[in-house]
Parts: sequence; C-alpha cells; structure tokens
Amino acid sequence: MKDRLRRTMLYVPGNNTGIIRDAAIYRSDSIMIDLEDSVSYRQKDAARLLVYTSLRTFDFEGVETVVRINGLDTPYGLEDIEAMVKARPDIIRLPKTDCAQDVQEASRLILLEEKKNGLPEGSIGLMAAIESPLGVINAYEIACASERLVGIAIGAEDYVTAMKTSRSADGIELLYARSAVVTAARAAGIQAYDTVYSDLNNEEGFRREVELIRQLGFDGKSIISPRQIKVVHDVFTPSVKEIELAQKVVEAIDEANAKGSGVIAVDGKMIDKPIVERAKRTLEMASASGVLSRKEGRYHA
Amino acid sequence: MKIIKTGSAGTLESSDVLITVRSHNGKGVQITLSSTVEKQFGNQIRHVVLETLKQLNVTEAAVDVQDKGALDCAIQARLIAAVHRAAGIDKINWEEMR
Repeated sequence: MKDRLRRTMLYVPGNNTGIIRDAAIYRSDSIMIDLEDSVSYRQKDAARLLVYTSLRTFDFEGVETVVRINGLDTPYGLEDIEAMVKARPDIIRLPKTDCAQDVQEASRLILLEEKKNGLPEGSIGLMAAIESPLGVINAYEIACASERLVGIAIGAEDYVTAMKTSRSADGIELLYARSAVVTAARAAGIQAYDTVYSDLNNEEGFRREVELIRQLGFDGKSIISPRQIKVVHDVFTPSVKEIELAQKVVEAIDEANAKGSGVIAVDGKMIDKPIVERAKRTLEMASASGVLSRKEGRYHA
Repeated sequence: MKIIKTGSAGTLESSDVLITVRSHNGKGVQITLSSTVEKQFGNQIRHVVLETLKQLNVTEAAVDVQDKGALDCAIQARLIAAVHRAAGIDKINWEEMR
C-alpha cells in the first residue's frame, strides 16, 4: 500500500451523493472524500453517514479511497474515525497535523477500531496534512510518527495565512514549506503530496506548479477537479527521451554486473549508483503510468 | 428509537433525496413518496425505507421522501440521519450499523 502511485488525489465533497458516486470514473490515482472543510458543521452527521454507506456500497474500480476526517481537536474527529474504519477506505487523512502526537493519537484510535471490527492491524493507512508553520517545523518527527503513515501532505491555504502572506503565481511563499515537507518525507521513507491549485481556469499556471513540485521531488498533488488530472499525469509521466536513457543505463549496468566490471559509461557519461537508482525510478514511473510494460525483467514500450 | 420532533436530512439535488421524519404516535409508519423515478423504483424506495426503519427500531413515524433519483445507499444514509435528528440522538451507534 505504501508505495502505490499517487500522482493525483481528487477532492470529493463528503455530503454530495452524485459526486461521490461518479468520483472513480475520471481515473485519478486516489479520490479523497472530504468530511472536513467542504462539509458545514450542521451536516457533519449526514455527510459521515453518506460516506459510510457509499464506501460500503460502491466499487471504486481500483481507485484508491482516502477519507479526510475532521481534526481530533474538533467534536467530530473521534466519531469520524469510528465510522470510517468500519467503512474501510484505503486511507484516513488527518488534517492540520502539528506534531508527532497528533499522528500517534490518530493511529492509536484507528487501531482500537480495527480491533473492534476484526480487521488486521494496519489495514487502514494514514496520511497527515501539514498546514501550519509549527507542522512544517515538525515535519520530520511527524513523518516518522507511525508505521501506519504512507505519506505527508502540505496544505497551503492555512499555512500561508498563518505566515501572514498569500499565495502567488510562482509559489515563492511555499518554497521552504514544500522543501521541508518533501525532505522530511524522503528522510522518513514515505511519500509527499503537494497542496491544491485553486484557479481552475489557469491551466498554464497549474502546469507550471505541477512541474515545480515534480522537480522538488513530490509524489503527487491534491486536485480539486477532474479537469486537472490529465495535466498532472502528463507531467509525472517520463518523456520518451527520459525512458530511452533510463533503459540504456539499466541495460548497461546489467551488462557490467554480468561481466563483473565496476565503472560504466553511457553516452560518454559516467554512471554511478544514484544515476542507476534514478533510471530505475523513471522506468517504474513509466510502467506505473501505463506507457511501458515489464516483461521478462525488461521494459517494453 | 422514538421520534420526538421533526428531523430532516438530504437535499433536492440530483441523485440525492430529502427525507423528513415526524412523530406519528400510535399510528405506525406512514411513508409519503414523491420521486422522479417513482414509476420504476417507487416500491424499491419504500422497501429500503421500511427495512432501514426496522433496523433502527422505529415503529412509529411519518416519513416524507422527496427523491431525486438517489441510490439505495444514499436513501439509507439520509433516513438514518433524519431519524437520529428527529429522535434527538447526536451519536450513531456504529457498532450496530450494518
């Protein structure tokens, strides 16, 4: 579950029947059904029930199901966990995570419910969204807080407000937070996901932001509309040139290993371990994105 | 579960249903249904409502169902929410939920 491809996580409001029903047809990697900000206080009970019966009814056809619950410091978080573990999404996403204890407490409560429902420990994964300066400072301890954690996400809106700034086109105000979150995730060996891009009509700006976060090392991005899926998948899919080079590198290293020789070169450049690792990751991404298939230990276009 | 006041849940958006539950003391269960798909699914909707009321141990209630093509799982969710609101119960007993 941990290393699954999560380029796109499509937000789905938790109190909207039709949108939940249709959420999987757009083929984002994950859908994130929201019980938090998109649901008004007076509808928390109704949304929780709707998400519960929906998760127990619909077949989301291989699309990963994530439920964003309310924080455990609200009157709703505890019951969200009780209901959602029984509903069995793949993942529960905790909002507004400030420290490791937030993750540990959520994980402990999930474990209690797993036991109550006869589920194996760790059946439900956990994601933590970091949305405050304190959370960014504590990113590494958050990322290491629980075995259950598959990844951490940066949530920008609350963060930039707390930083007394606002979001800009080039995202300079998020540079430190993004870098801190993705570095913490990598150091802890889990995934990192970027925040939403809200201007649906600015496709060029959106693409630039996706290119930026891919370059920073993120695994994917939360998205607010099916219209954003293709751009993210395109950006995260390695180009033909990248795939060809990666194949050459992997073939060269295989050949070198077979001969027992150490240093190798491809296209006049020395190939060392990090380059081989990157090449393998490129091929894995290409394969996961559906542009390559792996047969007999080799990749084929 | 005893209905003590009027409680509603749901919306009139497409694929949803607005359910209102009122007390109906001494007079059993009464369902009033209006649906965009009544001809085809009216009986199925009534069946889901009756089964869900049974699971919740509701024996006396007037249930008004304004359906906009909701699937069974949405009807169940909205009815359970409306019944709890009408019974003045804030927390669902999740252990007993199916």
